[in-house]
Amino acid sequence: MRSSLPLFPEQASTFAERVDALYYYLLSVSGFFVLLIFALIFYFAVKYRRRSEGEQTPPILGSIPLEVAWIVIPFILVMIMFVWGASLYFTAFSPPANAMEIFVIGKQWMWKVQHPEGRREIDELHVPVGYPVKLTITSQDVIHSFYIPAFRIKMDAVPGRYTSIWFEASKTGTFHLFCAEYCGTAHAGMGGRVVVMKPSEYEQWLRTGAPEESLVAAGGRLFQQLGCSGCHSQNSIARAPLLDGVYGKPVPLQSGQVVLADESYIRDSILLPQKDVVAGYAPVMPSFQGRISEEELMQIIAYIRFLGEEGPEPRKTTR
Amino acid sequence: MEGNGALAEQFDDLAQQHEAASLGMWVFLVTEILFFGGLFAGYTVYRAAYSEAFREASHHLDLLLGSINTAVLITSSLTMALAVHNAQEGRRRALVVFLLLTMIVGAVFLGIKVTEYTHKYEQDLVPGIRFAYGGPHPGQVQLFLIFYFIMTSLHALHLTIGIGLLGVLAFLAWRGHFSADYYAPVETSGLYWHFIDIVWIFLFPLLYLIGTH
Amino acid sequence: MSPTIAIPREHYLNVSYGVKSWLFTTDHKRIALLYLTTITLLFFVGGAAAVLMRLELMTPQGDLVQSETYNKLFTIHGVIMIFFFLIPSIPAVLGNFLIPIMIGARDLAFPRLNLASWYLFTLGSIFAIVVSVMGGVDTGWTFYTPYSSTYTNSYVVPTIVGIFVAGFSTILTGLNFIVTIHTMRAPGLTWFRLPLFVWAHYATSMIIILGTPVIAITLSLVALERLFGVGIFDPALGGDPILFQHLFWFYSHPAVYIMVLPAMGVVSELITAFSRKRIFGYSFMAFSLIAIAVIGFFVWGHHMFVSGQSVYASMIFSFLSMVVAIPSAVKVFNWTATLYKGSVSYQSPMLYALGFIGLFTIGGLTGLFLASLGIDIHVTDTYFVIAHFHYIMVGGSVMGYLGGIHYWFPKITGRMYPEGWAKFSALIIFAGFNLTFFPQFLLGYLGMPRRYHFYPEEFQVLNVMSSAGASILGLGYVVPLIYLIWAMRYAAPAGPNPWGATGLEWQTSSPPPTHNFEETPVVTQEVYAYGMPEEDLKDGR
Repeated sequence: MRSSLPLFPEQASTFAERVDALYYYLLSVSGFFVLLIFALIFYFAVKYRRRSEGEQTPPILGSIPLEVAWIVIPFILVMIMFVWGASLYFTAFSPPANAMEIFVIGKQWMWKVQHPEGRREIDELHVPVGYPVKLTITSQDVIHSFYIPAFRIKMDAVPGRYTSIWFEASKTGTFHLFCAEYCGTAHAGMGGRVVVMKPSEYEQWLRTGAPEESLVAAGGRLFQQLGCSGCHSQNSIARAPLLDGVYGKPVPLQSGQVVLADESYIRDSILLPQKDVVAGYAPVMPSFQGRISEEELMQIIAYIRFLGEEGPEPRKTTR
Repeated sequence: MEGNGALAEQFDDLAQQHEAASLGMWVFLVTEILFFGGLFAGYTVYRAAYSEAFREASHHLDLLLGSINTAVLITSSLTMALAVHNAQEGRRRALVVFLLLTMIVGAVFLGIKVTEYTHKYEQDLVPGIRFAYGGPHPGQVQLFLIFYFIMTSLHALHLTIGIGLLGVLAFLAWRGHFSADYYAPVETSGLYWHFIDIVWIFLFPLLYLIGTH
Repeated sequence: MSPTIAIPREHYLNVSYGVKSWLFTTDHKRIALLYLTTITLLFFVGGAAAVLMRLELMTPQGDLVQSETYNKLFTIHGVIMIFFFLIPSIPAVLGNFLIPIMIGARDLAFPRLNLASWYLFTLGSIFAIVVSVMGGVDTGWTFYTPYSSTYTNSYVVPTIVGIFVAGFSTILTGLNFIVTIHTMRAPGLTWFRLPLFVWAHYATSMIIILGTPVIAITLSLVALERLFGVGIFDPALGGDPILFQHLFWFYSHPAVYIMVLPAMGVVSELITAFSRKRIFGYSFMAFSLIAIAVIGFFVWGHHMFVSGQSVYASMIFSFLSMVVAIPSAVKVFNWTATLYKGSVSYQSPMLYALGFIGLFTIGGLTGLFLASLGIDIHVTDTYFVIAHFHYIMVGGSVMGYLGGIHYWFPKITGRMYPEGWAKFSALIIFAGFNLTFFPQFLLGYLGMPRRYHFYPEEFQVLNVMSSAGASILGLGYVVPLIYLIWAMRYAAPAGPNPWGATGLEWQTSSPPPTHNFEETPVVTQEVYAYGMPEEDLKDGR
């Protein structure tokens, strides 16, 4: 399949082409300056080689115009790099609204991948080609990093918080998945495969294997079991904010700040409820730290995300 | 050569030596600011994230003892300044007296600190050694106390070293080592002592005065 | 016909003999040699770790050592090379030896503190070596939490103690340099008449003073967390592993400038001496050192672009990281322009200097790739980063160090090293270096992560090339060790100024007397006074 001496990675995501374009720009600029400096040094060192011991050199002090030139021109060149790179980065952190969300949990030394429809994987990630996929990532223990070179994306898995990145695979095939943050003994082995399939095959794959609860259904079940509905419902005696439609909306806090109710906010509300108390409510919610696993957290988040939305199903991945 | 033969051979004259000693101490104090600075930075980050828990935890500190200690340390800075002044004037006996006074006042500070730490131990509020907290958000209360203990004990360590330094100086002063021409070690030690005082001036409100008005 | 060159009758090396005269010396020149001894030893220990790593990486499988051992090897390689070799190298050896002489002083401001610095450094390195022997540490030199604070079972705390102690040693050296340069310059030696070597060490010392205490407290917090179970960085208590990263990189980024600025100072001395020409753009060269030192404190977040850091913070760090490249570019252009119409000779110090310029240019430009947010997502934590920093640290700093050692060897020892062997080594090092590290850029962009004990098959050819290069590079380092030691005893005397260079150090004998000068020099002209007419000699602007 690949040659035994690959020199350049495959492009398998829409992002990859854009990254490579910037890379070529940088290669050109760097190549130009390296050649220029090497050539000048070589030329001067030969042309002005010492011919006699006593020879005098002219008293050249410097040149302000030259200094200005070789400050301004490089500055402009690197500003292009900055703007271009920043715009790419911003894109990587701005998933489209219709992106399908997949949850990833890293632990020593494996990747646990959770599809919203219920299917789980270890060290593998199956995705459909041509659809935006947003990964919400965390770690159960130490810092890891989820890296797919062919997509040109990487994001750290940090214990205690969520990180996320998105991609859209642009061709089918199998690609490397690596852990890219040193995490202990078997760091080098914490890898696997990303399998990009045609959408119809992906749908089929989702349905095979042992039937699993969808994340939303599991989350709904937990919401009852752990007692969340005891306070967070219409008929409750305790005053707790209702969670219908809260996901993705701004929430005013006791402190006067307004935060966005994203995955991290929901997670913190469950584990560190004193951290961001909603305005007008008392800080009486107990913490679930130690009573809920990362997988269960993701299930509840998926459930809360769809509370109050139209329709019982999680968003469809294919038309 | 004037003075007590105190000119080191790398220097051209006492003025240069004095300038070097002072600059050296200032540079050292800058490193100390950055050293404590890392702790202040970490503390600030957590306080901003967990203001409620930190306020709660701060109430468990002994405000009275902390305030007394602040007054004690400021007093020691006064005695230290007087020591430096007397050194500049060449008054040997007064110099020794004020150095010893500063040491004693510093020791009082440490004594009060030990008392506070003992109380915390009895209240099960020493993270890593004896900690049990029944109130809300124990994790963040523990974080506050970790910073409390590390910052104040680092400060106390510096104070202890300062007391030792002053002890050496008092001994040398008693032996007539300093004069109106040569007193740079006293002055630079004074700088160090004042720095320790200033660190406490920042620590006290940050740790003890959260949420009080 | 010049008079016969001879070693002066009395100088700093023979003024007294015996172990005590060395272990209790306060002479900055002897202290420099004490440092040279310990640093060279540590270099080869760190190098041995690298050799084992490159041997392992010749095959895709992890078949030479266990994973845990490999992880300990790359950790100790990083810890030793950074904290116990690169950071002290030029300042503690060449800086210590030369700064007082270059400013016309008899010694540093605090000679006993200088000796204490060496003892602290040696103590710190003993910790590092003992840890390696006892079973090692496997956190990576970056000590990321919570792996280092909670999960690993290796000797983290003793390693941290060693780094702390060595860091304190460095702080004292920086303090000594700052005070010395401020207060002890010879009459007439204004700031703009100082050699750029001195400017470089001044800028470096500023970074040392401001940055090192932060790594000291940060690593201390990790040690306390391990010893007392107090989870400052533990998410279970609400602690933040990213806070560790911010605190760590706040020092560790400026640290890389501690490692490169002194080498830049050396290169300015070498280029001027071996072109026999004034440096082009003296004040730009001086200010660019300060600019790098200052801006370098505001770019640390470029190590954290995929850590979960805010997008806006990342953008600021990326912008500033681009900006910090500009003063370095200015230096490269000015060095090149210095050669123009110079009188260029190719002795080995010059080969090292020219090698520095070429390799530093490549290394610095690849830094721009990493500073570009969109590309960094792909290449951070891969071999691309490893190649980048080795181009600067090894292709840059180590070559600067070796160039300086050779250039000032006659001043330090009174004898001239064998030039043929020196040229041979310089070329071997250049070739071996490029073969070792250039393939790693390709490996990184292909996606090979760093700190990997084993890797997919398709990366093997490039890894074999890299390992082959490493064997050549290793040879290149061993040869100077041999001939320099030989030359210290047996080579021909060099005389006070074998290179025909300007600068106060060449106005005194080789080796210098204990107090450096027979009488305090008075400075009336700028330092790079090659071919300069009288009226332009006043100062270095």
